Amino acid sequence: MSSLYVARNPRVAARGLDGEMMIMSGRDSTLFTLNKTATILWQSADGATPLKEIVESKICSEFEVEPAEALRDAETLARELANHGILQVSEQPIAQNLSGGESQ
Amino acid sequence: MSPVVTEAGQLSLVIEIGEMPVRVNTTDREFLRILQHRYAGYVNAGGNAEIEFDIQITPSGSADRDADVRVTHSGGRWTLTRGDFRAEWEPAQRRGWIRQTANPYSIDAVLRIVHTLMLARQGGFLLHSASAIRNGKAFLFAGVSEAGKTTISRLAPPDVTLLTDEISYVRRRGDGYVAFGTPFTGELAKLGENVSAPVAALHLLAKGSENRIEPVPAAEAARSLLANLLFFAEDEELVQATFHSAFEFVSRVPVSRLTFVPDPRVWELIR
Repeated sequence: MSSLYVARNPRVAARGLDGEMMIMSGRDSTLFTLNKTATILWQSADGATPLKEIVESKICSEFEVEPAEALRDAETLARELANHGILQVSEQPIAQNLSGGESQ
Repeated sequence: MSPVVTEAGQLSLVIEIGEMPVRVNTTDREFLRILQHRYAGYVNAGGNAEIEFDIQITPSGSADRDADVRVTHSGGRWTLTRGDFRAEWEPAQRRGWIRQTANPYSIDAVLRIVHTLMLARQGGFLLHSASAIRNGKAFLFAGVSEAGKTTISRLAPPDVTLLTDEISYVRRRGDGYVAFGTPFTGELAKLGENVSAPVAALHLLAKGSENRIEPVPAAEAARSLLANLLFFAEDEELVQATFHSAFEFVSRVPVSRLTFVPDPRVWELIR
């Protein structure tokens, strides 16, 4: 399995409220509400930490799931979020300005 | 109020909504008369304007008012298009033009778009909601078509001042928000009063078998507000600004679900 890196797309607006993470695409104004796993992924997506490490440290501990299965699911989720323009996915670390459009 | 005739023989009128005066210039006297009637109560013939539009009247044709609106920004210029109009506006110059037939609907759409663009940078917005003033406080009643905006407006008792039954105008002011009357009407086809008041509450409308008000969790309130905002621009910066404005609003204004039967007693809950 290849090593993947994920980063927040700075061209979206994001807010966390009542434990829910809401994200609006700057491209077409579509509003997304992230589930718990996607929220962890979003909050950890710094472009520098490998997805495998995020899964092991943040997702496996939260959901009591096997690391290999969790990584497969996380890769699928990351690519889906990338298709919606929410995350960037790369096999190399991603340099980014994390300030983006987010505020809490 | 009489229009102003400029040196160039143009007829000119200032339409002031939400404390933002917009001057429109035309050489077509009949179109000017249409505007005076359409925006009665919002016309300020002699005032200064923040934005000025020259209107180019085209011959009547088969313009499609149901076509999608496109609002794009490039090189400091906004371009607004729909089947029945084309407009351009340069905010830095405070000037623009509108090309349309002599009807009140096209310019109405342009004004709504221009106001949303201006408000987005100032923390305000236009909202699909009825709004009204009671006891010096403004109440917003949001909902999609058929949610009951016109119904609750019709049921308002005499001490209520109706601001609109369709599109509310909300401006950020200090730590709160102010709602203004608008000429943007729904089924009621009655212009709102050109007055304003601090916003006391946003009610999300739902029809039911009894009248009741229930608080709405903040996340749901933000989602509902975003779903009812008028926003047209394909512009990332303004999308982000509008998104954050919605969250600011729900952090400062109580949001509730107002379930009501078509009965005037619902107004006993609105005070």
